[in-house]
Amino acid sequence: MSARALIDEALSKVLYVDLTRKTFWVKSRPELFARYLGGTGVATQLLKEELNPEVDPLSPENVVVLAVGVFTGVYPTASKVVAMFKSPLTGNLGESHAGGRAPVAMRMAGFGAIVIKGGSESPVYLSIHDGRVEFKDASALWGVRSSLTIGKVLREREPWPGLRSIMRIGRAGEMLVRYASVILETYRHFGRLGLGAVWGAKKLKAIVVGGKRDIPVADISGYRKVYKELFDEITKSPAMQKYHDLGTPVNVLPLNKIGGLPTRNLTSNVFEGAEEVSGEAFAEYSLARRVACAHCPVACIHIAVIRERYPHEKYFYTTRYIGYDYEPIYALGTMLGIKDREGLLRLIEEVDVVGLDAMSTGVALAWTTEAFKKGLISEKDTIVRPEWGDWKTYIEMVKYLVTQPNNFYKTLAMGVKKASEVYGGTEFALVFGGNEMPGYHTGPGAHIGYLIGLRHSHLDNAGYSIDQKYVGKEYPQPRKLIDELVEEEAWRQVLSSLVVCFFSRGVYKPSTVSRALEPLGLKMSEEELRKLGTEIYKEKLKLKLRLGYRLEDLKPPKRVFETPSPFGNISEDYVREALNYYKEKILNLLST
Amino acid sequence: MSTVPETKLKRLVVVDPDLCVGCMSCMFACSRRYADAGLGYTAIHVRSVGGVERGFSVIVCRACKDPSCAKVCPTKALLLRRGGGVILNPNLCIGCGNCRNACPFGAVQWNVYLNKPVICTYCGYCVDFCPYGVLALEEVDSG
Repeated sequence: MSARALIDEALSKVLYVDLTRKTFWVKSRPELFARYLGGTGVATQLLKEELNPEVDPLSPENVVVLAVGVFTGVYPTASKVVAMFKSPLTGNLGESHAGGRAPVAMRMAGFGAIVIKGGSESPVYLSIHDGRVEFKDASALWGVRSSLTIGKVLREREPWPGLRSIMRIGRAGEMLVRYASVILETYRHFGRLGLGAVWGAKKLKAIVVGGKRDIPVADISGYRKVYKELFDEITKSPAMQKYHDLGTPVNVLPLNKIGGLPTRNLTSNVFEGAEEVSGEAFAEYSLARRVACAHCPVACIHIAVIRERYPHEKYFYTTRYIGYDYEPIYALGTMLGIKDREGLLRLIEEVDVVGLDAMSTGVALAWTTEAFKKGLISEKDTIVRPEWGDWKTYIEMVKYLVTQPNNFYKTLAMGVKKASEVYGGTEFALVFGGNEMPGYHTGPGAHIGYLIGLRHSHLDNAGYSIDQKYVGKEYPQPRKLIDELVEEEAWRQVLSSLVVCFFSRGVYKPSTVSRALEPLGLKMSEEELRKLGTEIYKEKLKLKLRLGYRLEDLKPPKRVFETPSPFGNISEDYVREALNYYKEKILNLLST
Repeated sequence: MSTVPETKLKRLVVVDPDLCVGCMSCMFACSRRYADAGLGYTAIHVRSVGGVERGFSVIVCRACKDPSCAKVCPTKALLLRRGGGVILNPNLCIGCGNCRNACPFGAVQWNVYLNKPVICTYCGYCVDFCPYGVLALEEVDSG
């Protein structure tokens, strides 16, 4: 047990909310926060304590944990909040990270974590401020077509403008689409693994949280000094400049150039329309404004504008704003063969309006298009005729995913894994651990990374980045690759406990984190930090196993081996050897 | 706290709110300069004008020559500063909140711990933490 103590006692406050009984209580958990720092580390423990592993993820018995960490509201780019729950998409551990105002708002409201239990009989939203929770009726908000409207309405009704977060679900969450998202501040999301459906099942429409307070530190002059160093490094680093300039879509052209851009359900690794949907083109033709998450000077959020004339009325225009990032451009653009930029923006907009995860939705539509072309499904199932590039039809299909007018859409709303098991086409169902594929076909590292990552996310271990590091060089042996991936994932547990944005991982090196903890009264050496990362990794893995995770099920879809990567065709033997070594390594790790 | 040299009185100005990305770095800087981490002591407020896509309002004390806040202070805790703006005498302040309500810009922030207004000292610490040139210190006529 650690002897570390928190200076800011409020961080250790855990707010428990019971939606069934409409009650809340607060417990102080200093030992938990001192040991695990917050975020992923703390959320893992809270979920372990509260969640019965057997429960149906779409029942009131599922539990949602939101957690921030010791760096939140303290250092720049500590701008993420971690959500943990049982995923209705995979049936296993769900973990999703979001930015926006939520992390700072939560800490300013005086809580380090929020645990949501039970379910309401009728729709509610929570207003959390000034140390209390108000349960407010959301019956009239339920069924509203657009998640954007919910934001607009609550903005007028709730306190702490500028210092709050409005997290809400859309129609997709209400209709329990298993990859429904939670939207915050309109342009950020808990996208992956279906948190939106979990809220929908609990009849929880929204959470508004906010406040303003002071966070005491142990050594104010030391704190100011470290802060300044971090701030300067962040604002001057080339990586951060890259994300500020073009945002994450800066990756479209480089990925296309090396042949790692998944296109038309990964039947191709290059997209002929890459120029049209590149970060450069969006910035040139569509960019309206760049904004930041709270306490992040980088401002990587890019918002495009579309100006559309009403067909029936001359000189009447609608001007709308749509956030764009690399992932939606991949999933809803290249994967669907869409190069019409404005069409792509409208499709992204619709996905946000209904509140779906862009990645899972894009992969679902891509799988459907290929299955349709192969005759596994017909127009009777799809209602419309999906065709690569036809964004208007895809918008219709997104609406059907929410309304689910027939068995096909009901099944597709359960995810690509389920749909391919029912209709066939598992070999081209781009699913890893039950989660739809992220946007990188960069080599073995990416795909093995999705498989073994505990969230099945590209951000777990950045296999895509390891791949790109080796382009044009000799690729590492399977064992070395696994060692690199696991080491990276273990370290990232520290970052997602503090909680800092992974984009600033180059700045928050172990030595820097150690130095930044000191003025907060927390002394941890680099070695202790790395050990903590491994411990959290293990704890999360154990929780996954308790939830029924089976290492022997880890297998990439066949398509991955058929379409060349920047290293040529990925070898099945290589992947098999890597996965065998991974299992061995994990079993060893668990026995220590 | 450093004092502004008499010969070079300054005030904080918003150069262009459209340059603001809403990162709140200025707010954190202000709070940190005065006291701690967090936002409890910030004299600046940044909020969206109704959805971040429409941009931000950056609310700072304008150092008015004829400030509303001082006029409504029942205890004369807000003294007029040469060149504009006010200086808070915390010993006289009774925490009534009149100043906060009177400022038409909403530029008087509130410290809930001390139950007193947070008054900008025009020190310019925030300016160094705005990466986008939204804020600047401007010399004022000391008359």
